[in-house]
Amino acid sequence: MAKDVTDGTRKKPSERIRPFTTISGVPVNQLYTAGDIRQLDYEKDLADPGNPPYTRGIYSNMYQGKLWTMRQFSGFGMAEDTNERFHYLLKNGQDGLSVAFHLPTLMGYDSDHSMSEGEVGKCGVAIDSLADMETLFKGIPLDKISTSMTTNAPAAILWSMYLAVAEKQGVDWKQLRGTIQNDILKEYIAQKTYIFPPRPSMKLIVDTFDFGSKHVPQWNTISISGYHIREAGSTALQELAFTLYDGIEYVQWAIRAGLDVDDFAPRLSFFFNAHNDLFEEVAKYRAARKIWYKVMTGRFKCKNPKSAVLRFHTQTAGCSLTAQQPYNNIVRVAVQALAAVLGGTQSLHTNSLDETLALPTEHAARTALRTQQILAHESGIPGTADPFGGSYFLERLTLDMEKGCLEYFEQLDALGGMVAAIENGFPQRELQNASYEYQKAIERGDKIVVGVNDFVLEGEPPIDVLVIDESVAARQISKLRKLREIRDNGHVRAALEELRKAAKADSVNMMPYILDCTRAYATLGEICDELRAVYGVYEEPAY
Amino acid sequence: MNDKIRVLVAKPGLDGHDRGAKVIARAFRDAGFEVIYTGLRQTPEQVVHAALQEDVDVVGLSVLSGAHMTLCPRIMELMKKESLDDVLVVAGGIIPDQDISKLKELGVSEIFQPGASTEDIIAYIRANVRKK
Repeated sequence: MAKDVTDGTRKKPSERIRPFTTISGVPVNQLYTAGDIRQLDYEKDLADPGNPPYTRGIYSNMYQGKLWTMRQFSGFGMAEDTNERFHYLLKNGQDGLSVAFHLPTLMGYDSDHSMSEGEVGKCGVAIDSLADMETLFKGIPLDKISTSMTTNAPAAILWSMYLAVAEKQGVDWKQLRGTIQNDILKEYIAQKTYIFPPRPSMKLIVDTFDFGSKHVPQWNTISISGYHIREAGSTALQELAFTLYDGIEYVQWAIRAGLDVDDFAPRLSFFFNAHNDLFEEVAKYRAARKIWYKVMTGRFKCKNPKSAVLRFHTQTAGCSLTAQQPYNNIVRVAVQALAAVLGGTQSLHTNSLDETLALPTEHAARTALRTQQILAHESGIPGTADPFGGSYFLERLTLDMEKGCLEYFEQLDALGGMVAAIENGFPQRELQNASYEYQKAIERGDKIVVGVNDFVLEGEPPIDVLVIDESVAARQISKLRKLREIRDNGHVRAALEELRKAAKADSVNMMPYILDCTRAYATLGEICDELRAVYGVYEEPAY
Repeated sequence: MNDKIRVLVAKPGLDGHDRGAKVIARAFRDAGFEVIYTGLRQTPEQVVHAALQEDVDVVGLSVLSGAHMTLCPRIMELMKKESLDDVLVVAGGIIPDQDISKLKELGVSEIFQPGASTEDIIAYIRANVRKK
């Protein structure tokens, strides 16, 4: 029998912890009044939704026009398993797909590589070649749905496989809608699924910008991500500043490669975290739109208004969820999803309650989706744009967020840009310090995590979790080996040879060469091996 | 013999989630331990080799990818082979309840699940190190 032990870290339950700060440690006043936002100029700082600087939202009618896209990230086991989950999610009212790949795919290894042992199908779906990608989208018409693919170092390869599936389905690339994450900078900073060093990685990314703007015009060729930066322990401000500055770095590299800013900038998209501190999060999204507008029109002198509009996806904060009393996570996710909607997100993933234990069960995944549907259809919140706009507190936080962000920009400019800052270790150190401070604040009891350091329950019964069948690896490996036997290996070798030559030349767009390799059923591991041979691999500086 | 407790903090497998490993490494240092961090993507052989070379008292394994039931048994087997029986092994990460007893049977002394405090982990190590 579970026993409530609410002794926790506080002396008595009514005791309040001082000073009051946001979850990121920013001081909060007892009251905000008109005096706190005296400097605010409506037209300059806010403006109506759909008008620059877009602080209040990017569309004049916001969710009255169209609700956000409910996009649940999923992937596990073999392509067949995830294809079944995709059909289930689409049947249950989900609008768009979002693919989670397993770690070997993200790291450029085939399922039979020695480094892949124990990882096949665990954190996502195993994709080794076009054959797996065909299975993943079986029965799903690619001109009817939009697909987000969370892949970074090998993004160009997995996108090529998707484009090849579209060819097989007879779908014109111009009709394809979706996103590849393709954001390598935050990998070096936070999530660490990098393969190649920063400079060749940036070249591959610029190639996808160029290729996309010419051939796949509705595709978002990057999702510049703060999500992982926050998960790795940053504050809300650091998430905002590093993400937007990553955006600046991509734009600079593309312009330096000879691209016109207005050709690719409208296809840049962003991805933010939604953590627990509601007002701080809403301020973050509003400040993001305003700052990006200023960056694109100021620094980069864009002419197309669409180049200066920040569109973003949001995911609720996995790192905020607890293994203790896991049903409490449903409430956390609801608050975080509310922040994303109040902040005007374009799409949203709500995490499952069992995420700290394993990949979600079908029941947990459905509850997460239902949370969004309740917000959309029962809460009344999507009825009006930026409903918190004008709140003294929110507007003050939004202004402060902008100020703090511009201070970080100055530091990053002085370091010579983000690639140089990463090589210097600056953002990595900032995150390590912030995550350590947060952990200490919890252990001191300065921050309460319900069920973890207070309101603790002893003897909780375990909940059911999804277990990935260990036979997945053997079946995936046998499928892969069979493919290597039946494909035209002469064709594969020739395509890989051309790829290597193009990589060495360093002046041609790599996309056509990668596409030819995937069409020939070269595996992801084989393609990455060719690129590793030319580009080298990245090693993180010693800790 | 040096009195300081020597700990190897290791990230075996492909998992790149190193927030926990880095927080715990720093907490160990603040507690006066000597800490060696392997860096990311170590094979079981590399982890055990580092434990041997560095002559550590404790190995702390961090795995969040679900590969712990492949990686931990391999590491324990290699440690036995190298006669590192006196080294205390602890693990943390996304490790569900049902795997804990199996890992303990293999010789992993303790598993710290999400929400564990660095103070508790440090206290556990102090109480159990060099007891074998």
